[in-house]
Amino acid sequence: MRLIRRILYFFGQRRQATELAEEMDFHRQMLEQESGDRHAANRRMGASTLAREDARAVWFPLRLDNVLQDLRVGFRMLRRSPGFSILAILCLTLGIGANAAVFSWIEGILFRPYQLVAHQERLLAITGTARGEAGHTSISWPDFLDLQKNCTLVDSFIVTKIMGTTLSLGDRAERTIGSIVSANYFDAIGVHPILGRGFEPGEDVGSNAHPVTVIGYQLWQSRFKADPNIIGKTQRLNGIEHTIVGVAPEGFLGTFVGWGMQFWVPASMEETFEGGGYKLEDRGGRWIEAYARLKPGVTLEQAQQEISAVAKRLETDFPATNRGRGIKLWPLWQTPFNNAGTLLPTLGIMLAVVVFVLLIACANVGNLLLVRSFARRHEMTVRVAVGAGRGRLVQQLITEGMILSILAATSGLLVAHWCRHALVLLFPARGGVAMTLPGEIDWRVLALSAGVCLISTLLLGLVPALQTRKIDLAGALKSEMSGVVGGAHGKSMLRSTLVVLQVSLSFLLLVGAGLLMQSLQRIRNLNPGFSTKGVLETAVDLRGAGYDLQRAVNFNEELLDRVKALPGIESAAFARNTPLSYGSYSSSPIAVDGYQPTPDEQPSVEYNQVGPGYFSTIGIPLLSGREFTRADNETSAPVAIVNDVMVAQYWRDDDPVGKRLQVKGQWRQVIGVAKVSKYQSVRENPKPFFYLPLRQDSTPGIALNMRTHLPAETIATALAREVHTLDANLAPYEVISLQEQMDRSTSPQRVAVTLLGVLGGLALLLATIGLYAVMSYTVSQSSRELGLRMALGAGASNLLRLVVSHGLALTTAGVVLGAAAALLLTRLLGNLLFKVSPRDPVTFASAFIVMTVAAAAACFLPAWRATRTDPARILRD
Amino acid sequence: MGNDLLPGTLDMLVLSSLTRGARHGYGIAQDLKKISADVLDVGESSLYPALQRLLLNGWVTAEWGASENNRRARYYKLTAAGRKQLAAENREFARMIVAIQKVMSCA
Repeated sequence: MRLIRRILYFFGQRRQATELAEEMDFHRQMLEQESGDRHAANRRMGASTLAREDARAVWFPLRLDNVLQDLRVGFRMLRRSPGFSILAILCLTLGIGANAAVFSWIEGILFRPYQLVAHQERLLAITGTARGEAGHTSISWPDFLDLQKNCTLVDSFIVTKIMGTTLSLGDRAERTIGSIVSANYFDAIGVHPILGRGFEPGEDVGSNAHPVTVIGYQLWQSRFKADPNIIGKTQRLNGIEHTIVGVAPEGFLGTFVGWGMQFWVPASMEETFEGGGYKLEDRGGRWIEAYARLKPGVTLEQAQQEISAVAKRLETDFPATNRGRGIKLWPLWQTPFNNAGTLLPTLGIMLAVVVFVLLIACANVGNLLLVRSFARRHEMTVRVAVGAGRGRLVQQLITEGMILSILAATSGLLVAHWCRHALVLLFPARGGVAMTLPGEIDWRVLALSAGVCLISTLLLGLVPALQTRKIDLAGALKSEMSGVVGGAHGKSMLRSTLVVLQVSLSFLLLVGAGLLMQSLQRIRNLNPGFSTKGVLETAVDLRGAGYDLQRAVNFNEELLDRVKALPGIESAAFARNTPLSYGSYSSSPIAVDGYQPTPDEQPSVEYNQVGPGYFSTIGIPLLSGREFTRADNETSAPVAIVNDVMVAQYWRDDDPVGKRLQVKGQWRQVIGVAKVSKYQSVRENPKPFFYLPLRQDSTPGIALNMRTHLPAETIATALAREVHTLDANLAPYEVISLQEQMDRSTSPQRVAVTLLGVLGGLALLLATIGLYAVMSYTVSQSSRELGLRMALGAGASNLLRLVVSHGLALTTAGVVLGAAAALLLTRLLGNLLFKVSPRDPVTFASAFIVMTVAAAAACFLPAWRATRTDPARILRD
Repeated sequence: MGNDLLPGTLDMLVLSSLTRGARHGYGIAQDLKKISADVLDVGESSLYPALQRLLLNGWVTAEWGASENNRRARYYKLTAAGRKQLAAENREFARMIVAIQKVMSCA
């Protein structure tokens, strides 16, 4: 009812206003008649405009024309002091923009990572677990089918396994990434091919039974020139002709955080792309990475319960393959088998950092507003004197804060929009394929940014609004007492608090950036156990080109001879895997004479298959024995080389050369001991590892290592020519140095350092500006005191010391607070730190020095200006 | 005056004044002044916002009519809802007065 009356009032507003005026006029005339004195009548009535306003305010507490007026006044205020406005808007743009950019990354990488995929909020990652082992395992196809059959709370399970192949384009081989998927894949995620179809039920059954593929939009555009009649044509993939049955819509890049898929094949083609035989009927063959889409309203816990029950049944039904095996659901942002997991800590830290930057920016702008509110004190006083309520003043100040933060939010979102693809620039391409890490600016990011904007508005508006409480009419209309340097004035207290806050937050960020920089330095200087200089590596993908094992072995022998003959090549060797690359090593159960494993221990060690001359080429020293030669082949006695960590663990440091080692059920003779090196990651602890001769483990070598002093580009051209001579359809991958390989493997650290470095620098800049603004304002406000001191005989150096020491006192307070916070918080950097204590004194000391120098610089100019005070003029005024 | 009254009391006084028949704003002010023996001198700045509040809540209606001296004046009339509200406020007020008296007599 009240609402209806309000609406009716709103439409009759003009009439209502005249009626009210007429009514009040009548009242006034009656009073006048009664007393015969107009002034008396007016006195009794009070200020009638105000009464009219109040009467109308009953209907509309927040009046549109008030708001408009506030906006007008607000804009006028901003225009009148453009320096202030631009500085304030820039500070806030930085704060809000950085937040929006990080929100968009988190949204686009962790929460809604898959473009065009429907209902991602119900999508969960699913992996296997093994009792007693940390982390996750893959899932076998039969287990997957059982999950699909038995889980009632899940809409659909989909399999997707990332794999790569080589597409030969003329004399250039290009690494292409694709996905092995279950036949329900496209239907389940709600992605409909723009040409042709997705996969049909049954296409994921049988051994190499359905050589069909759906290609990505980009591949269709670039390689097939957007051929509209592409459906039904074939493309050779890993040696098998695949019929192209569909083209995925533009923007769909599959379901793997970090890499965009170019093509998809059904699960029946798995052995073609991954090798290792037919696995669709092998419950022990675990290769699947999968997702589950829950039914609406089902929670992760409920689904997990049901799935665990199924896993439990599988354990009892198939003990040989499933004992100790579980199945685990993960929220999308914790997906362990793609880059979500790797980026999670970095993004988490970035989120904290941008919130700090926003706080610093708000403190800075708050400070500027405070300074200005002091200057506007007279205006506020006059407004109160003519009858403005405090509420009305606060409304005006909040409107001004709102104008600032809306302008800043708009430009901040623009910044975020430009930066949404910036994250990927920090990651190097691997094997010639660039990562895709798109930010996503959707309504959720917009809403969050609006929230940030609202909070900063309140912070900004409230700081000066708090000041209006102190307005004392009588006192303020008289001239004001000037500020005192270092004096405990209420207002200067608030300003000082804000400066201390800024200094402490930037100190915290500086410490964080310093710690990460130290870690990166340590990683850079780390000796990985092989030569990083003068060794190049590349690969030729023979399986992708359809070579069988024998042909591949022959090809490699021939290529190796040609490479060794190239000018500038000192030695060259093939290996199955390059250290620190994306590929993983095989591991095998082992047995050693005289080593008795404990009952629940199943000794298992990772290994690499390497060719003759590998150790001298890559620069891993042999501690005893010899390395593999061409004589160690299929027909000779099986041999192995172990590393010193393995010797310590299984031979109790006795020299194992000449002793036996059982690998995959076969006894081999140990012929050498290699020094431990880094295998999968530079951060790993020394671990047992052994090597087998390539020729004795029926694997064609893929990684080609070359020792040379020539630059990679020179070798790349020569190598491409040699490969081309041997097979016109083949080309090598990118040729890079092992140093480059190592740098790429540390990209998460480098990304974190770069981002924290940039943001820490910005924070320092903001804090310095804040300190400078406060110091110069204090000096300008206390000119009378400074003049007096000079008149009483204080020299320039005294004044300089007075002002600078005040600034440094603020800085010290900030640094102490920041250091305390840093001692508590830097632990959260967790595994981004490498061999650096989170309380590293050197880093803290450096941050202290940087902060102090910046603060001294910020104080010096105002201090110098203080010494230029002319006492005679000041005292005369 | 008016401002010194307990919050909400003015609304109640206006309503009670209207139980004695429809009145215009000036009439209400006069009525309150007369009955309170010149203690309650309600000014425009509180009377008209109060009347707007009553209108908004639907406790009174307003109609233009002719005043005693034959001029156009806006007459306010109590509605049924207004009568009910007055009764409720009366009860609450009585309770409050008793409470205040109790407290004061202890002083």
